[in-house]
Amino acid sequence: MSSQTTVTQNTTSGKSGDKVFKGLAYGAGIMILVALAAVTLFLLVRAMPLLTGSQKANEDTIVSFTGGQAHNFLQYVGPLVFGTILISALALLLAFPISVGIALFISHYAPRKLSTALSYVVDLLAAIPSVIYGLWGGIVLVPHITGFWKWVAQYLGWIPLFKGPAADPSRTVGTVSVVLAVMILPIITSVARDIFLQAPRLQQEAALAMGATKWEMIKLAVLPFGRSGLISASMLGLGRALGETMAVLMILSPGMSYSVKLLQASQNQSIAANIAAQFPEANDLGVSTLIATGLVLFLITFLVNFIARKITEKARA
Amino acid sequence: MGQRIDVNHLNVYYGKFLAVEDVNMAIEPNKVTAFIGPSGCGKSTVLRTLDRMHEIIPGAYVKGEVLLEGQNLYAQDIDPVSVRRDIGMVFQRPNPFPTMSIRDNVLAGVRLNNRRLKQSDADDLVEWALRGANLWEEVKDRLGNPGIGLSGGQQQRLCIARAVAVHPQVLLMDEPCSALDPISTLAVEDLINELKKDYTIVIVTHNMQQAARVSDYTAFFNLRAVGEPGHLVEMNDTTTIFSNPVEKDTERYISGRFG
Amino acid sequence: MSDSHPTIDFDKFKPTRSYIAARKRKDWTMRVFIIAAFVIALIPLVSVLWTTISSGVARLNLNFLSYNMSGVVGGNATPSGGYGGIVHAIIGTLLVTLGSMIISIPLGLMCAVYLVEYSHNGGLARAIGLLVDVMSGIPSIVAGLFAYALFNTLVGPGTVNGFVGSVALSLLMIPTVVKTSEEMLKIVPNDLREAAYALGVTKQRTITKIVLRTALPGIVSGVILAIARVIGETAPLLIAAGFISTTNLNLFSGRMTTLPVYVYQEYSQGLATCSATALQATPPCLPQIRMERAWAAALVLIIIVLLLNLIGRLVAKLFAVKTEN
Repeated sequence: MSSQTTVTQNTTSGKSGDKVFKGLAYGAGIMILVALAAVTLFLLVRAMPLLTGSQKANEDTIVSFTGGQAHNFLQYVGPLVFGTILISALALLLAFPISVGIALFISHYAPRKLSTALSYVVDLLAAIPSVIYGLWGGIVLVPHITGFWKWVAQYLGWIPLFKGPAADPSRTVGTVSVVLAVMILPIITSVARDIFLQAPRLQQEAALAMGATKWEMIKLAVLPFGRSGLISASMLGLGRALGETMAVLMILSPGMSYSVKLLQASQNQSIAANIAAQFPEANDLGVSTLIATGLVLFLITFLVNFIARKITEKARA
Repeated sequence: MGQRIDVNHLNVYYGKFLAVEDVNMAIEPNKVTAFIGPSGCGKSTVLRTLDRMHEIIPGAYVKGEVLLEGQNLYAQDIDPVSVRRDIGMVFQRPNPFPTMSIRDNVLAGVRLNNRRLKQSDADDLVEWALRGANLWEEVKDRLGNPGIGLSGGQQQRLCIARAVAVHPQVLLMDEPCSALDPISTLAVEDLINELKKDYTIVIVTHNMQQAARVSDYTAFFNLRAVGEPGHLVEMNDTTTIFSNPVEKDTERYISGRFG
Repeated sequence: MSDSHPTIDFDKFKPTRSYIAARKRKDWTMRVFIIAAFVIALIPLVSVLWTTISSGVARLNLNFLSYNMSGVVGGNATPSGGYGGIVHAIIGTLLVTLGSMIISIPLGLMCAVYLVEYSHNGGLARAIGLLVDVMSGIPSIVAGLFAYALFNTLVGPGTVNGFVGSVALSLLMIPTVVKTSEEMLKIVPNDLREAAYALGVTKQRTITKIVLRTALPGIVSGVILAIARVIGETAPLLIAAGFISTTNLNLFSGRMTTLPVYVYQEYSQGLATCSATALQATPPCLPQIRMERAWAAALVLIIIVLLLNLIGRLVAKLFAVKTEN
């Protein structure tokens, strides 16, 4: 008798435990949805005064942020968007070929023991906090790279991008891009390496057996296989560069123009660094303005990630 | 025309491990030579040393010589890339390049050697190679389709077309039918018979009936025990090997008593 | 059959000697480029590690680790004989990170359980999967802005404390936790679940006692790596948790300094001014002191992050339950 009751009790408690647990799991899933909705919602609510509030007050805020260079939100956010994309695109341009090179070195050129060790180092480097890259960029790289930029400005100054005189210290877009490139290097490398290691051996052997050189083999049987993966890897790196705050904040001497003079100071600024720089001194309306620029940044990174996702989905189909 | 290959005192190592010991053989031109033997006896390894494909495995190297018409493939100044240009290879599993069309697959090797191909030359070559591989009639209307859309047997014949398109002197085949169904196997075997008038063919096979059907000469490889190096037991013309072998081990293997 | 063969002049396709040489050159060029890429990349990365270590050890001592920044004036020494320290930042980092762990680990883990064990790949699951992807792409400063906006609206204007920082970090941590846990749960073989159901074990017990138990090493490792990632976050905490020179033990009230924010603050204040007499005093006034403190704090931060990474990877390797292979 008694044993039977225990069994029934156990089952009921097991059943209600089952329900509670399922509820918790379900709730957690819903919470994720709510959290993301909340992010968008609260940012929108907090950015609202920009639309609904007094336009005069808004203009005053933006004028005080920019020292009179911009008078409305579009004039304000435009150069920031331009600067953000310019800096990140340059960083990607620098990092991509080198990352692919390192990934190929690890997957196809280095002896096996060395490549295992290198893979490990690359993963660790991806974990170094951005503030440390910023510190290194500001204190070590800026003085060391100035001479190089001066040389570039002297000999390649006829290209508008490299128009001199090169700033000294070189707290410029050029230098920041180099630091961001170093930061996204491990990220792109580790994805690219994984893809290259998965490239089918059969086709690689086929290429070699036809009398292809190693590089021709890579072009025939490795790179085509990894194309979509490489694109999404670079989008991942781009996403990281777009949202990077500290390295830009700690190195760049900011400006608010649509300039592409990479070697001159006070030309551009990124959205993220601008938020961090202006936030401490911003009043209520200023915070709203900054949050609105944050929303724009969110939108840009969302688009980049969305495109990356579409590309990988297409490749899979 | 096919060329002859002489293998003299060939030892193959993977790092410190001696995988194949002291192989000596002569491979006749315009004949089919089959390598048979139990798994792990080193027959595929020896095949790969004939065009230096074993070198893509880290730590693998050989001692001894492989002479192609008297020229040592392992001489100091010989580039493995040029060796592989003269000696074609077909693999166990069909491996057309997945991103390329049938036509581009056939031309892949030629394009490496010659950057600017005239359209008409290329068309002729594609037809010639696909006809040579008995595939032309089946694919002539869809040369632009991807090569991986074909059936397994067709893919393997496409790979053979790709290999003959560069007009090698020797064709090495590493169990070319092991991933194919019986009908495709038969098609490839017929093809081997036709190809031997133009090429020297060496084929590794697990299937003794196949060796008996397609080859003129047969080499039997064996290993004394697991962990011991493989070695060449005997080589003779195929009828002798299958009817009247010299070595006891060969007879036991042929009659299916081990392996 | 052979009559219909086109006749081919194979000499036409033979590579010329110069073309073979060109191909070889190209092969070598690419080899050199690939090795060069590796060497070029190594220079800055080695330089980052080396300068952090060599500049960091100068100021890294017991005094630095046991005092906060209260009473530190310019480049002058404090009565304790040191030049200020990071104990408040270490405590802040621990508390803020702990806060974000308490929020994101249960939430992320349960969400993964839902996705793998309950959702049957329905519409909600796909929506969650998509949003987790979107979340993992949120720029960290936007996460900081969100936490700030949230507490400003719900609690009151100007709410900046450690917990706001924790919320910001959770937003960055949750996607990683969900994704790694999901992957780990997925590789638990179905046989285990079926065996448990066959024995009459309830679903909840099967999941907690068998599935989660099997996936635990992988999940722990993933969570540790997620912690290592957020522990170095600066920008969101700059906005959400602020900066203060004294030790604050209350996560829910008052500003709270964390290590990365400390590094940034020291760096951004630049050189300290020292009077001529102060320069001669013992211990002397050090104009460079803020950079030295920034490097020392950076070194502590790097050690923490790399240790967490090592531990995470070791956990995954040592305790992995062999399911495949």
